[in-house]
Amino acid sequence: MEADATPVVEIVGATKTYATGTRALAPVDLAVSPGEFVTLLGPSGCGKTTLLNLIAGLIAPDAGTLAWWGDGFAATGGPGRRLATVFQAPTLMPWARIAVNVRLPLDLAHVPRVDADRAVAAALALVGLSESARHFPRELSGGMQMRVSIARALVTTPDLLLMDEPFGALDEFTRQRLDDELLSLWATRKLTVIFVTHSIVEAVFLSTRVAVMAARPGRMLADVAIDEPYPRGDGFRLSTAFAGYCQRLSEHVARAGAAADSPA
Amino acid sequence: MRSDDSPSRLIRFAAPAIVACILIGAWQALVVAYDVPAYLVPSPVAVLRTLVADRVLLLDSLLVTLGIALTALAIAIVLGAAIALVFVQSRWIEASFFPYAVLLQVTPIVAIAPLIIIWVKDTRIALVLCAVVVAIFPIISNTTLGLRSVDPGLLSLFRMCRANRWQLLTRLRIPSALPYFFGGLRIAGGLALIGAVVAEFVAGTGGAGAGLAYQILLAGIQLNIPRLFAALVLITLAGVALFALTVWFSRLALSRWHESELEHRD
Repeated sequence: MEADATPVVEIVGATKTYATGTRALAPVDLAVSPGEFVTLLGPSGCGKTTLLNLIAGLIAPDAGTLAWWGDGFAATGGPGRRLATVFQAPTLMPWARIAVNVRLPLDLAHVPRVDADRAVAAALALVGLSESARHFPRELSGGMQMRVSIARALVTTPDLLLMDEPFGALDEFTRQRLDDELLSLWATRKLTVIFVTHSIVEAVFLSTRVAVMAARPGRMLADVAIDEPYPRGDGFRLSTAFAGYCQRLSEHVARAGAAADSPA
Repeated sequence: MRSDDSPSRLIRFAAPAIVACILIGAWQALVVAYDVPAYLVPSPVAVLRTLVADRVLLLDSLLVTLGIALTALAIAIVLGAAIALVFVQSRWIEASFFPYAVLLQVTPIVAIAPLIIIWVKDTRIALVLCAVVVAIFPIISNTTLGLRSVDPGLLSLFRMCRANRWQLLTRLRIPSALPYFFGGLRIAGGLALIGAVVAEFVAGTGGAGAGLAYQILLAGIQLNIPRLFAALVLITLAGVALFALTVWFSRLALSRWHESELEHRD
């Protein structure tokens, strides 16, 4: 979108091979600009999660460079440079009430209690769970637990939100509702999101841009911009343009699958 | 929920109570019918009569044994948890010392109790030490396992939030370990009592500080079988009480969040 703005994250020629010998990533390039909603789409084993962990700083690339906000390694965490991740599972602490779960990133960063509590109340209100602050995770449904997980990510007001198949385990109805909510959060909070999914429909609905990946070794296959206006609703889900994008992406994904089957 | 729950709860208490009544009744009937002498098998009524008649002696002994078991349990908890915390600091420490913890577990207490009693001058301390040796292993092994059984997703989250070692321990590892720790505690409670009784048997000390095991020993020699049974009943009751205590603690700590302590909700 804004080609001249400093990318939030820029990866050039990153590779990763695990100790087991699995080539998770062949050289991969990816640049994400502020305000983008980029989705990584591909079959399982294509290195989507590896790439996300790389961006999150949980692992280091074997080769290539990775820069956040134009700086090199270890330049996250400061003001205006915060990352947050939403995992595949809600990953909540079962022994802690919802409010304490959401407050965790602030507690770990030694944010004063009064400020933290205010931020937690705001984050829970954003995901519509103010009523559940005093509950324990097991008392909530799967969809609500995922919302808590999103609130915990938003509580630090992240400048880059990483989401690793966050709604993959949920039923289709809940998933669509959460997709809608996520888009409205993205719009109102002006978030930058990198989203991982293996659902073509979800990728088209959410993203400003979809990066299709192929497996063994993981690499970028195509980069498709979804040039459709926001806010997107059920009208968009039923439009011919939507079907067209899905069609195009299916072809890419089929190619990705074929590429994985042939000897690399 | 509570109304659905009460019949099952009633059954849980009533059913074993009915079984006990039938068994005790049959015991009483058989002893009376076949006129079994009290020095072979005393009737339940005779045991109860002895329990009441010798209550001062037996209760004093019960308190001694319980005191030893509870002291040992407390030491086993503190020491065992501390050792587990040291173990999880590095795989090296655990690999180096865990075999010795196992050694402690597999060596029969009857075999080492005489040594401990010879080496330690104060009998009471020696008895406590024996019970600690028996009770500590489940605490160490369970707590170590628990401290390592951390949800990998939560571990990633803590790492991403740049949690330091202390935060990782107090906010993630210790809460994760609690269900495992309480599992170990339930076993350790019973073992502490067994350890105390076995050590008393070996030590065989009488006098003012005599425990229940000594009363059993003495009653056996004197062929005072009703008193032997009475002491046995008290040991069993003490064991049940200790178990109930650990269950209660576990429920207190975990009931609100852990699956093992949830009430059935269907």
